[in-house]
Amino acid sequence: MSLERFLASCGSEGFATGTVDAQSLAPALCLEIRREHWVSAAATAKAAGLRWCALWARELDTGFEAFSCLAAQGRYVVVRTQLGANEKLPSLAPIYPAADRPERHAHDLLGVLFDDAPDTRRWTRHLAWSDKEFPLRREFRVDAARAPTPPDDRYPFVPAHGAGVVEIPVGPVHAGIIEPGHFRFQAVGEAVLNLEQHLGYVHKGIEKIAVGRDAMGLVRLAGRVSGDSTVAHAWAACQALERALSIEVPRRALALRAIMAERERVANHLGDIGAICNDVGFLFAQYQLTRLKEEWVRESHAAFGHRFMMDRVVPGGVAADLGSDNARTMGAHAAKLAAEVASIIERIEASESLEDRLMTTGRLSPEQAAALGAVGYVGRASGQAFDVRRDAPYAPYDTLTINVPSYRAGDVAARAKVRADEIQVSLRLICELAGTLPEGPTRAEVGAVGKESEGIGFVDGWRGEIVTYVRLDANARVTRFFPRDPSWLTWPALELLVQGNIVPDFPVCNKSVNGSYSGQDL
Amino acid sequence: MLRMFAKIVRTGIVTEPAPDTADIDKLGIEVKRGIDRRFAGSLAIRHVDAGSCNGCELEIHALNNPYYAIERFGVHFVASPRHADALLVTGPVSRHMEAALKRTYEATPAPKWVIAAGDCACSGGEFGVSYASCGAVANVIPVDVRIPGCPPSPQQLLIGLLALLRS
Repeated sequence: MSLERFLASCGSEGFATGTVDAQSLAPALCLEIRREHWVSAAATAKAAGLRWCALWARELDTGFEAFSCLAAQGRYVVVRTQLGANEKLPSLAPIYPAADRPERHAHDLLGVLFDDAPDTRRWTRHLAWSDKEFPLRREFRVDAARAPTPPDDRYPFVPAHGAGVVEIPVGPVHAGIIEPGHFRFQAVGEAVLNLEQHLGYVHKGIEKIAVGRDAMGLVRLAGRVSGDSTVAHAWAACQALERALSIEVPRRALALRAIMAERERVANHLGDIGAICNDVGFLFAQYQLTRLKEEWVRESHAAFGHRFMMDRVVPGGVAADLGSDNARTMGAHAAKLAAEVASIIERIEASESLEDRLMTTGRLSPEQAAALGAVGYVGRASGQAFDVRRDAPYAPYDTLTINVPSYRAGDVAARAKVRADEIQVSLRLICELAGTLPEGPTRAEVGAVGKESEGIGFVDGWRGEIVTYVRLDANARVTRFFPRDPSWLTWPALELLVQGNIVPDFPVCNKSVNGSYSGQDL
Repeated sequence: MLRMFAKIVRTGIVTEPAPDTADIDKLGIEVKRGIDRRFAGSLAIRHVDAGSCNGCELEIHALNNPYYAIERFGVHFVASPRHADALLVTGPVSRHMEAALKRTYEATPAPKWVIAAGDCACSGGEFGVSYASCGAVANVIPVDVRIPGCPPSPQQLLIGLLALLRS
C-alpha cells in the first residue's frame, strides 16, 4: 500500500513532528511536519505513488499554516506545517505540477512566500488590489472603499517568437453564453502551438466573505462556488462542518443528498454531451439531450422545489423531503430516461462525422493526466479511474455499488463516453436510492462545540473530486473556508490537450473539459 | 441516418403547449409583439457574465432548448456587443470584470438596453460589495430591467424581457 509506504518513509526519515493524527481531519490522516521537510515529504509521496489533491493555507498569529492534501487508493493524508510570516515555503510545483496555481493563489490572497517556484507570476490577483495587500489576512478590510479597477492588460504571458507564429487573444468576454476568462493562443496557421490561460476574472472573494458566517450562511455560499455543482459543493461544505462539529446526519438525509447529487450529475452530463455535439454541428443530439435535461430539471423542481436543488443541502441534513409518491415516480422516470439516453447515445456513436470530429481530438495521455492529478471525467477518460464515491466512500455510497467507467484514449470522444456511461450509473443509483429511502428525520440539530474546530469534506461532484476545508471558532463561526473545485486540476489539462489541435476545435476541446471558471477563481 | 429521423419524428415537437408550458407560450407571444413593435421583429441580446457562479447561465441556455425555443419569438443571442440591441448581464460585477463590462457596454450601439439577470446582478446577492465585487450591475453601468431569482427560471427571464419591451 503506497500510503503505508509514504507514512513509513516519513517516519524513518524523521519528517513527522508527532504521531499520525487520525482525528483532526478524519477521514484524512494528518501529518504535521517541519517546514524544511516540506519538499522532501512531497518527493517521498511522489515516489510512493501518491496523487496530489489540494493546497491551501491559513493565517496564524505569527505566520501561516500550510496544508497539502494527498491521496492513494482512496485514502487521504493532509500534510501540514507552520512557518513564520517572512519564512519561505519551498514550492511543490517542481514535484507536483498541479500545485503551481494553488501556490500562486495562496500567495496572491494570503501572502505566503514560496521558494524555487517555477512560475512566480500572480494568478488570481489582477489589479483590484495591490501586491502589498493580502485579502485573506485578518487586517485586510473586506469592504474598504475602492477606486474603479483598471483592465488587466499587462499580464506577462509567455511570449512566442519565430516566423509565422501568431498570437490570438480571446476573452475575457466570450462569444457565447459562457463564463469569462482569457485564452492566449499561439498558433502557426491553424495549428495551436501553445495555449495559456489567464483566469481569475470572476474572483468574488468567496474565501474572505465566508469568514464570520454561521453554518447556514457558509453552506449557502458554498452552493454558489460553482452554480452548476451547487449540490456537490454544498454537500462537501456540510461534510466538513458536520465533521468539525461532530454532527451525526440522519440516514434519510444522506440518501436524499445522494439522490440530489446524482440528479445534478445527470443534468449536467445531458447538457454537456449535447453541447459537445453542438460544437461540431450535430444538432440532433443537442436538441434531444437538452429536451431531456429540461424534463429532468423540471422533475427536480417538482420533487425538491428548485430546478438545480440550490440551498436544499443544509448543515445537519436537507431542507426538502421526498414524498413516497415522488420517490416511486422518480425511480420509474429514471429507468425510462436510461432507455431513452441509451438510444440517443447509440445514434451519436453511429455517426461517422462525429467520430471524425471527436476521436483523437484534444487528447490527454494517461501519463499527462497522472502527472496533473486530473480527476472526474477528464481523469477517467485518460486512465485515472478514481471516484470518491467508490474509492473513499462516504454515506450513503458506502452501501452502494458504484461502477466507474474508464478509458485510455483521452480524447473528446472518450470524455463524452465516460459521461454517457456515468448517466447510466447515476440513473441506476437514483432508482436504488429512491426505492430504499430510509424512514426518519431529514435534519439534525447544528450547535457550537465551544472550542475551535476544523473539518474536511470529500465529495465526488459531477466534475470530479471536491475537497473542502472548514475551520470554525468556538461559536461555530467560520474562520477559514477553502473549497477546492475539481476545475483546479482540469484547467491545466486543457492547456496540454489542445496543443497540436486546430484553433477551430478549441471550443469542443474546452466543452469536453468544461472547467468551472467560478469554481477556480473563487 | 434513418434511425435518427425516426427518433426526430417520434419525439415530435415538444414546443407545442403541454399543460405546464401554456403560460409560457402566451408570455412568449407578448414578447414577440413587443419585439415586432419596437425592434422590427428581432431582438439581439449579448450575454455578459460579469462574475456569476454560472447558475444563471444554465437557465439562459435553457431558453434555447426545445421547450422554450426563444428564437421563435424573435429573440436571439449574438456573439458581439456590436450586433446587440440589449445586454443581458449576470453575476455581481467582479472587480476583475469591471473594465470588461464597461467596454462591452461602450461597444453596444444605442439604445443599448441593459437587463440585470439574477439576484446577484440585481442587488449583489450572496456576494454583495467587497474588495473583489462591485455588487449590483447598476453600480457599474445603467440598468433598465432587473430580473430577480437565484437563478431566475426561463419563465422569469421571459417575463423580464416582456417588462423591458413595455418600459
